[in-house]
Amino acid sequence: MPDDNVIRAENLSVQYKTRAGWVSAVDDVSLEIRRGEILGLVGESGCGKSTLGKALMRLIRHPARITNGHIWFQGIDLMTLSDNEMRQFRGRNIGMIFQDPMTSLNPIQRVVEHLIETIRTHEPAVSDEDAHARAADLVDRLGISANRLDDYPHQLSGGMRQRVMISLALALNADLIIADEATTSLDVIVEAQFVELLQQLCRDLDLAILMITHNIGLVAEVADRVAVMYAGRMAEMGSACDVFKEPLHPYTQGLLKAVPNIHLEEDELYKMEGSPPDLVSPPPACRFHPRCPHMMPVCSKVQPDFETARGDHRTACWLYQDVPAEYQDVREGSKA
Amino acid sequence: MSDNIHDHIIEVRDLKKYFPVKRDLLSSLMGVPQQWVRAVDDVSFTIRRGEVFGLAGESGSGKTTVGRLVLRLLEPSEGQIIFDDADLSTYSPEALRQLRSRMQVIFQDPFASLNPRMRIGEGIGHGYKIHIPSSASERRKAVEEIMEHVGLTPAAQLYNKFPHQLSGGQRQRAVIARALVTRPELIVADEPIAMADVSVRALLLDLMIRLKQEFNLTYLFITHDLATAKYICDRIGIMYLGKMAEIGDLHDVYKSPAHPYTEALLAAVPVPDPTDRREKHLPTGEIPNPINPPSGCRFHPRCPIAQQVCQEIEPELRPVEGNPDHLASCHLRTGDYQHLAPSA
Repeated sequence: MPDDNVIRAENLSVQYKTRAGWVSAVDDVSLEIRRGEILGLVGESGCGKSTLGKALMRLIRHPARITNGHIWFQGIDLMTLSDNEMRQFRGRNIGMIFQDPMTSLNPIQRVVEHLIETIRTHEPAVSDEDAHARAADLVDRLGISANRLDDYPHQLSGGMRQRVMISLALALNADLIIADEATTSLDVIVEAQFVELLQQLCRDLDLAILMITHNIGLVAEVADRVAVMYAGRMAEMGSACDVFKEPLHPYTQGLLKAVPNIHLEEDELYKMEGSPPDLVSPPPACRFHPRCPHMMPVCSKVQPDFETARGDHRTACWLYQDVPAEYQDVREGSKA
Repeated sequence: MSDNIHDHIIEVRDLKKYFPVKRDLLSSLMGVPQQWVRAVDDVSFTIRRGEVFGLAGESGSGKTTVGRLVLRLLEPSEGQIIFDDADLSTYSPEALRQLRSRMQVIFQDPFASLNPRMRIGEGIGHGYKIHIPSSASERRKAVEEIMEHVGLTPAAQLYNKFPHQLSGGQRQRAVIARALVTRPELIVADEPIAMADVSVRALLLDLMIRLKQEFNLTYLFITHDLATAKYICDRIGIMYLGKMAEIGDLHDVYKSPAHPYTEALLAAVPVPDPTDRREKHLPTGEIPNPINPPSGCRFHPRCPIAQQVCQEIEPELRPVEGNPDHLASCHLRTGDYQHLAPSA
């Protein structure tokens, strides 16, 4: 099997311990991110997308834990590494960008100090001068002028801080970048500049980028493939064109119709009934069935597998799968 | 839409709001001059009774400050705000208090704007208690009625819940109910749905449009999201660094933006259609510091078509192609220097 996957998660589950018991924030999710692509991971608040992003880096801390699954990173199962090995592995191979750069940067460290510290922590053999030269190279590539190297984080604008965050993520030549709501605090023009830069880096450096966001329009603009989560499970995954042009899962269908589009003439948005469920007591079987316009008897009894519907386009929905025999005779309607 | 186009509920004239920049003791002793953040710098516009007037721009454009000035939560440095034919600055404290029930506000974060220790019903009725002499049972009736209107049902049951027991969408409905309970004429809505998820957002927008008709409301709708504004606003003003860059009917502004900044903003809005990926001509850089804004047209350092004149002279709002309802402040598009505009 030709493997251009940088990372592949298999049946990953994460549970949080709460007073009401264990809550499945991520439930049996599989996905892969390929070299040279941006995978957009979308879903509403509480769907588990951020938890999944953290789980891929094994950054899950008490009161949460990964209860099941494997994470393959270029042939290594990350679940078998010790915490110490994992920390070193993460530092060298995975870069992270979070929503609020101000909380991720040290307020009393200059930009250049951040970069040198990052490089020298993981590559102690590098001299200060070489690390400095590499830092200067990096910021130049990211469109930060060299005279900003000696600035403190508070002296930079929001967009510049996010660029510093990518430079830190790339300082050790990471293969995978996980950007969790990285543009949410940016204004629309700066956001557009930032994602243009991400796309360019992805192409030039052959990176794999996971872009976690609630902004569906943004994903349509930059992602090669799209994954849609609902209530802790993967609802649908496929190429951006397939998912946006022919969404399979009824949740994706509703979600996409509810997104405002500035180019369309219509003056009303589609209104999806209900709201996402509470994960303490989610609906049985397919978690979307109480809100689903195509609900069938089987949907409240058996969880559909997340499997290929056509080509590279996967979904977890009984509309595209063979319904078990005992529910077949009552199957009504057919495709959406 | 109003029958009489001159029926203005709000008229803002030459409005300015400068905030002082903090100086340390040493600088003030040494006579370092006081600096000012020019959050709102000479802005004029009108809001017609019954319309949704959008105010859009990036962070730091001054849109929220304008909203607060209109509510008179802030005192203007200069300029006037005429509400219903009377200048707000001339209102006596008592008149101002009465005025509060006629203009209400909805903020972005419903969790931060509801008292976590107050039951939803009490929170909604609080303004009613202050403004309208009433018995407890009258108040409860009024609150439950407004809760039904905004879809907080069953009202009798939700009345006694605390904010943390409601979903995000329900909390925002409670904030809307609280704003409506005194039956205001004007609502200043500052990013009212920015925190809501996509599937909830459409429901809230729809609710706001329905309530506007039911209660004869006028909205000042402050937003950074031009795609959402399209579904609710009748007219829109685009602000940049404390100035009004462009103002007009939403369709005119979106279809034929005259100010290069409006063009850039519209182009930057993500489009949820991967087959419609168009090349964006984005301006470089970010919104500059409002303490020392650029000379001339404040957008000139980022403007793709800027000429010498744009650095030197500040442009005024002028009609776009003779349309008195569509104004833009650009030398090269609406001003005296149109002959200098580079051809596209």
